[in-house]
Amino acid sequence: MNDFLAMGGYGAYVWSSYAIFALALLIDYITPRLRNRRVIAELRGRMKRQQRRQEKSA
Amino acid sequence: MNTLTLWFHKFGSPPTFHRVTGLLIPWLFAAALLIGLVGLYGGLVLAPADYQQSDAYRIIFIHVPCAWMGLFAYIFMAVNAFIALVWRIKISEILAMASAPVGAWFTAITLATGAIWGKPMWGTWWTWDARLTSELVLLFLFLGVIGLYNAIEDRRQAARAAAFLGLVGIVNVPIVHFSVSWWNTLHQGTTVRLLGPSRIDSSMLWPLLLLALATHIWFFASVFARSRVSLLELEGGKEWARAIALGTEHGHE
Repeated sequence: MNDFLAMGGYGAYVWSSYAIFALALLIDYITPRLRNRRVIAELRGRMKRQQRRQEKSA
Repeated sequence: MNTLTLWFHKFGSPPTFHRVTGLLIPWLFAAALLIGLVGLYGGLVLAPADYQQSDAYRIIFIHVPCAWMGLFAYIFMAVNAFIALVWRIKISEILAMASAPVGAWFTAITLATGAIWGKPMWGTWWTWDARLTSELVLLFLFLGVIGLYNAIEDRRQAARAAAFLGLVGIVNVPIVHFSVSWWNTLHQGTTVRLLGPSRIDSSMLWPLLLLALATHIWFFASVFARSRVSLLELEGGKEWARAIALGTEHGHE
């Protein structure tokens, strides 16, 4: 196991590369999900405001 | 209309696209993760150490697939940008704009992992070599498209302006690809070839190809995930989008 982590002395280089790879893809996975939530919240807010305006004028 | 154009029109209609991609995305991400993990196991555990580079070469199992993805993402973006500019197809505008950030991430990973590999192997993090420089230009083109798209208020005008920039930038793609054969670069030449035998042992080739497959699937999953949000935002006033916002219909979230 230690041999595996050491990567023939290049452990720091190999594992930092893989960490960057994993982190970048994780961010790539999360961003559209957060944006989706924000867009849906905005749409709901807009619909509520429209409804209130219609109730007032009625 | 024949079946293909009919299918294209149906899939290209915003509610259908939103629904179908919502069903596809979890499977695509799962497949990418599974295939990627098998590839990583092959690359990190099963493949032997290189006789010259020892274990440092294992960085190529992510560096090379990500580099391919950067170019693939750019070509995908440019093709959609072309369709968007010529035929004004809304879904193409959205697909083109969604591929820019994903391509930028893959290009950024390529540059970062290349630098990390370069330090122990070449003795330097960075050099202004043709391959490295053109890859950096590729990243800047992606960032330029994203920046221009976000700088213009009207979403559809923004998409068309950014699509035009992306289309012009396609000139950089062959430069990246052929840079190692056109100039005498520090970066090594092509090892994996479509035509003719690859100059790599099969124990190292199959993990590399699996990771290439995994990153391609990931690309489409991520582009679809981004596209359906943009579509929802763009069509916010329409009935189908309101129904989704009210939660009468659920996506993959």
